[in-house]
Amino acid sequence: MATRLETLAAALPAALGDQIVSTTTALGELTIVVRPQDLIGVMTTLRDAPELRFEQLIDLAGIDYLAWGVGGTAEERMSRMRDLDVRVAADEPSPHPTRFGVVYHLLSVTHNWRMRVRTYAEDAELPIVDTMIDVWPAANWLEREAFDLYGIVFAGHPDLRRILTDYGFIGHPFRKDFPVSGNVEMRYDPDQKRVIYQPVTIEPREITPRIVREEHYADSEPKRHG
Amino acid sequence: MAEIRNYTINFGPQHPAAHGVLRLVLELDGEVIQRADPHIGLLHRATEKLAEHRTFVQNVPYFDRMDYTTMLCNEHAYVLAVEKLLGIQPPLRAQYLRTMFAEITRLASHLFALGAHALDLGAMTVFLYCFREREDLFDIFEAVSGARMHCAYFRPGGVYRDMPDAMPQYTPTKIHNARAIREMNKNRQGSMLDFIEDFCQRFPKYVDEYETLLTENRIWKQRTVGIGVVSPERALALGFTGPMLRGSGIPWDLRKKQPYDAYEHVDFDVPVGVNGDCYDRYLCRIEEMRQANRIILQCVDWLRKNPGPVMVDNHKIAPPSREEMKANMEELIHHFKLFTEGMHVPAGEAYAAVEHPKGEFGVYLVSDGANKPYRMKVRPPSFIHLSAMDEMSRGHMLADAVAIIGTLEIVFGEIDR
Repeated sequence: MATRLETLAAALPAALGDQIVSTTTALGELTIVVRPQDLIGVMTTLRDAPELRFEQLIDLAGIDYLAWGVGGTAEERMSRMRDLDVRVAADEPSPHPTRFGVVYHLLSVTHNWRMRVRTYAEDAELPIVDTMIDVWPAANWLEREAFDLYGIVFAGHPDLRRILTDYGFIGHPFRKDFPVSGNVEMRYDPDQKRVIYQPVTIEPREITPRIVREEHYADSEPKRHG
Repeated sequence: MAEIRNYTINFGPQHPAAHGVLRLVLELDGEVIQRADPHIGLLHRATEKLAEHRTFVQNVPYFDRMDYTTMLCNEHAYVLAVEKLLGIQPPLRAQYLRTMFAEITRLASHLFALGAHALDLGAMTVFLYCFREREDLFDIFEAVSGARMHCAYFRPGGVYRDMPDAMPQYTPTKIHNARAIREMNKNRQGSMLDFIEDFCQRFPKYVDEYETLLTENRIWKQRTVGIGVVSPERALALGFTGPMLRGSGIPWDLRKKQPYDAYEHVDFDVPVGVNGDCYDRYLCRIEEMRQANRIILQCVDWLRKNPGPVMVDNHKIAPPSREEMKANMEELIHHFKLFTEGMHVPAGEAYAAVEHPKGEFGVYLVSDGANKPYRMKVRPPSFIHLSAMDEMSRGHMLADAVAIIGTLEIVFGEIDR
């Protein structure tokens, strides 16, 4: 008997055809990649087709792939990212074609299965992806969050405001080239008698650098000696 | 007659019924809500960004601070995601321990939600009763991990340590004399498991007490029946999970449908509501507490009979014991590498979800093979539930907004992250 995941993997090509760019099954999870222009059609099919029935959008995550595979201290990573384009920055070519991606996690309550849909925004300067708000209303705040943190624009969203950052915040803080300390700090200025913003004064500090090892470094022999 | 226009009021962010730092901009027509616009982010700490700059084990304590009423359930989702990427399975005893502590956390969270909800709607007693029981649960957390709230007890590959053989005792103070202390220490004489079992024997009676105070209470029913009704179709479309979904009549529980850790070995029932209003969700939570109690008793029973390791025996993931580390060069190197560089997780992506007291709490973890996550995204149940606030409160009275905030069980540590 086919497992649930195999049943799902078999049903997908029939429903979606060549709208699927690639399919991956890893760690018991199914991922498909679709082009941003096909997204609304694909998602509507995934929701409505009786053999798929993904009634729920569980999660939506923006991702910035700029620093994929880049190791070193925070400063080293920043300088490499500043100088180079995403695929050159890493020692190995990145498996991701563009800088920004959006990842959707779907759940079907009827069939009790999950899947992941990924799309890559084509323009790294102004990443645009269609909104899913008409397919699942749950996308509303999740898209606002991805817009706020990554600057991904969801075309057709009726109320694309910042959601998590402060009123009047500048920049998109979860982008890989945004420093973890931020760019500005606030303090009370006794002369002006108000709270002012100024460039950050704290030194960047990283206890453990980011270390990317060769493949299979993490696979260990199951038992120690002696 | 005077002309009456809509007006806007600001509810919170420093309002006792706002459950933290919720700023709610309400557009009212008289006392009827026309539109609710929650402004969130006042507690935003960028946990997910910080996680990209911490090693995989250093991230565990950040999860305690995510939803600070359900500390161990948050950790649970994270360690499951890391374990999925690593492709490891913790020992069975660790799975039972995690199941038991996830359920103890569920009790603590539901008690908090029930107490706070009742307090918001004017029932002070329930709040005091609930916090009385939470005290015992925090003592359990403290005995096992050393911290009352932010335990950091789960680890990728198991749990930090096994349970202690004795419970800490009260000592006499100016307020309590020796006799009073003897009485307070009466159920702390045995091991920690004895204390948990004793609590579970007492607990169903406590739930009866809450029910006596609320379930048939005229005022409670007036405030909750027919308030914030969500149809099953809308609940699915809005992304509801947990009691919010089950209150609308959809029998969906990850512990049953996609079991993780030891949930497939324990026996429990999933309560489902009928009308999808605040009252049904309240009833669901009450019944979930009774079921959680059942699960804890089963875990206690199993843990008593089956001693064993609580952490994987793989020193690329779990540190060696102090004794081994001092006696053996290889263990010393493992120890050093683990505590300076941290474990390396193979490149890939994984999503692990748990049935959190509030709904589905998921962690989407992307690794590029480094010692730190490349991207971590938390699927916060309260965030999704709060986004439906506008739809749920439209057409209700201003006072019902408080009942709806209470039934959403929002906690800002997790909404704002």
